[in-house]
Amino acid sequence: MLRFEGTDTYVATQDLQVAVNAAIALERPLLVKGEPGTGKTILAHEIARGIAKDLITWHIKSTTKAQQGLYEYDAVSRLRDGQLGDERVHDIANYIVPGKLWEAFEAPEAPVLLIDEIDKADIEFPNDLLLELDRMEFYVYETRRTIRARHRPIVIITSNNEKELPDAFLRRCFFHYIRFPDRETMQRIIDVHFPGLKHELVHEALTIFYDTRQAPGLKKKPSTSELLDWIKLLLVEDISPEVLRTRDPAKLIPPLHGALLKNEEDVHLFERLAFLHRRERSGS
Amino acid sequence: MFFSFFAELREAKVPVSLREYLTLMEAMQKRVAAFDIEDFYFLARTALVKDERHLDRFDRVFGHCFKGSETPADPQTAIPDQWLRKLAERFLTDEEKQLIEALGGWEQLMESLRQRLAEQRSRHQGGGKWIGTAGTSPFGAYGYNPEGVRVGQQGGRNRSAVKVWDRREFRNLDDTVELGTRNIKLALRRLRQFAREGAAEELDLGGTVKSTAHNAGWLDLKLVPERHNVVKLLLFLDVGGSMEDHVRVCEELFSATRSEFKHLIHFYFHNCIYESVWRDSRRRHVEQVPIIELIRTYDRSYRIVLVGDASMSPYEIEKEGGSVERWNDEPGEVWLRRLFEAYPRAVWLNPVPEKYWAGTTSIAMIRRIAENRMFPLTLDGLDRAMRRLKRRG
Ligand SMILES: Nc1ncnc2c1ncn2[C@@H]1O[C@H](COP(=O)(O)OP(=O)(O)OP(=O)(O)O)[C@@H](O)[C@H]1O
Ligand SMILES: [Mg+2]
Repeated sequence: MLRFEGTDTYVATQDLQVAVNAAIALERPLLVKGEPGTGKTILAHEIARGIAKDLITWHIKSTTKAQQGLYEYDAVSRLRDGQLGDERVHDIANYIVPGKLWEAFEAPEAPVLLIDEIDKADIEFPNDLLLELDRMEFYVYETRRTIRARHRPIVIITSNNEKELPDAFLRRCFFHYIRFPDRETMQRIIDVHFPGLKHELVHEALTIFYDTRQAPGLKKKPSTSELLDWIKLLLVEDISPEVLRTRDPAKLIPPLHGALLKNEEDVHLFERLAFLHRRERSGS
Repeated sequence: MFFSFFAELREAKVPVSLREYLTLMEAMQKRVAAFDIEDFYFLARTALVKDERHLDRFDRVFGHCFKGSETPADPQTAIPDQWLRKLAERFLTDEEKQLIEALGGWEQLMESLRQRLAEQRSRHQGGGKWIGTAGTSPFGAYGYNPEGVRVGQQGGRNRSAVKVWDRREFRNLDDTVELGTRNIKLALRRLRQFAREGAAEELDLGGTVKSTAHNAGWLDLKLVPERHNVVKLLLFLDVGGSMEDHVRVCEELFSATRSEFKHLIHFYFHNCIYESVWRDSRRRHVEQVPIIELIRTYDRSYRIVLVGDASMSPYEIEKEGGSVERWNDEPGEVWLRRLFEAYPRAVWLNPVPEKYWAGTTSIAMIRRIAENRMFPLTLDGLDRAMRRLKRRG
């Protein structure tokens, strides 16, 4: 049986592995949630890589309709062809454009199908896909054809919690909430991205990173992706672990903080904290 | 044990249905998690819990049901197939019944589950893979050292002396906890959702063109909900001492959603509402707005949200001159009632945990005046409050 255990570029914690493998074994969708930047989207890519399958990505926007995942009827082209007297116009099948689900169903080998950010769409969207995801088939009215999955794709769905998902939909999925990585997991994640990084540097960077996340009142807590960006910058600028450790106590703001704090208010907040920190020190 | 686990989950308000339960069994049958209580925990979690808010409840129930036991269940007594079967007949859809058949029917399902569990037990007696066995957990005793002590690697993964479910890592996600910077993002989303609902319809030009083309040129009008919404809100914030932190959270919350509201206007008060409120919390004596004028300015279509701990001396509510700020000719209660009367859609959000409400006289009084429309300042409370605001009166 296929088993996913993470890859050389992706750290999958044990609970995530169990969830993914349950979804693979039972051929049921896996719904993944978690803070932004905790590797929800990349997970599907890594599953595909890990078990050597193709990946089909369907990125959902606020205007996306369930039907678009099945197929669309390109009426405008047909109208145009009709006016130009094109022969194709007589066969409606020429104007049926397959969607991502169709693509996944027709694949010669079960692919991984990523439905990214499902919560962006209309509240009815998940319900509209229930049957198709359950039965893995749908009917094309225009051509009176049923499209049936040759192999059930491995479906990974991500959500950022913008909307509640309907119960009927949830009942059909496995669910995994990516907990924000603890220090140890984070260390492993850094390791797959920057193998052979100096242990000291990682240690200091992680300390600053988790301290930063703890600052009360942050609008946007830096996440895994910000940490990785920041470390990349530290490397480019050749910042040494000593610099990270013996930061000027007058400045609490970490070097190259732009990668960690993306929002002006958060930078201000940090400056305020630095000020308090200084006062505390001089007082003691 | 399985049965009581399932029942306790429902009792703890983790909405598991039989369908989820079957999924778990099917996964056991397919050996997704074999021989390991921790994997079983992960599997049960991914199959039974569909909302991060319920993860902590799940952990508590799991900890309770499998307390001290290193094997998930006793296969001989655990599975009440009689009960399940009856339940199945009553509650399962045809589709779900087919699913059971596809898996070889109940007998088959139960039997393989029993086998699986029995295997786990013998494994356990063999002493191989279980956590808590000698050598892997020097701290042995259950529940000792709640922070968990890393006890080295086993099969490439980390173990700690405290069981995963006992670490209660999802506590912050339960929406009955107090609103703070931690969960403010979620609160925001809820609020946005509220603000977006109830919008009017407008012509969808693109949709109309498209469906008209589809219709071979016959006009086919399409309407969509208007993007910008119509909710108008007056927000009254208590700026009295102990309230400061909570009020800040609340203020932030509403300000961050400002663009979602057609109108959002802040006012400040201290403890209770009297004849006037302030526009600016720092210049309370300069920019006063009399309630009477406020009622004249903003019509009944506005909804009002009051945020305050409602904790004060009863005098401040029921007596003239009771205000801590300055002399009031009429008691706070009168002004509160005027406000509620002028705005039928109103709620009071209270940062004081709900369980203390009954024990505080002034909270009980205000609650009565607000006709029970007081909600705790938690995600769940916010949800309920917003739902209440949609209703009239
Ligand atoms: N467990 C992990 N192992 C390796 N890299 C990771 C892991 N988690 C996150 N990352 C890194 O973090 C980056 C962000 O991940 P991704 O874009 O998948 O996050 P996301 O959860 O989808 O975020 P959003 O909610 O913003 O869409 C990825 O490019 C990846 O490199
Ligand atoms: Mg993403």
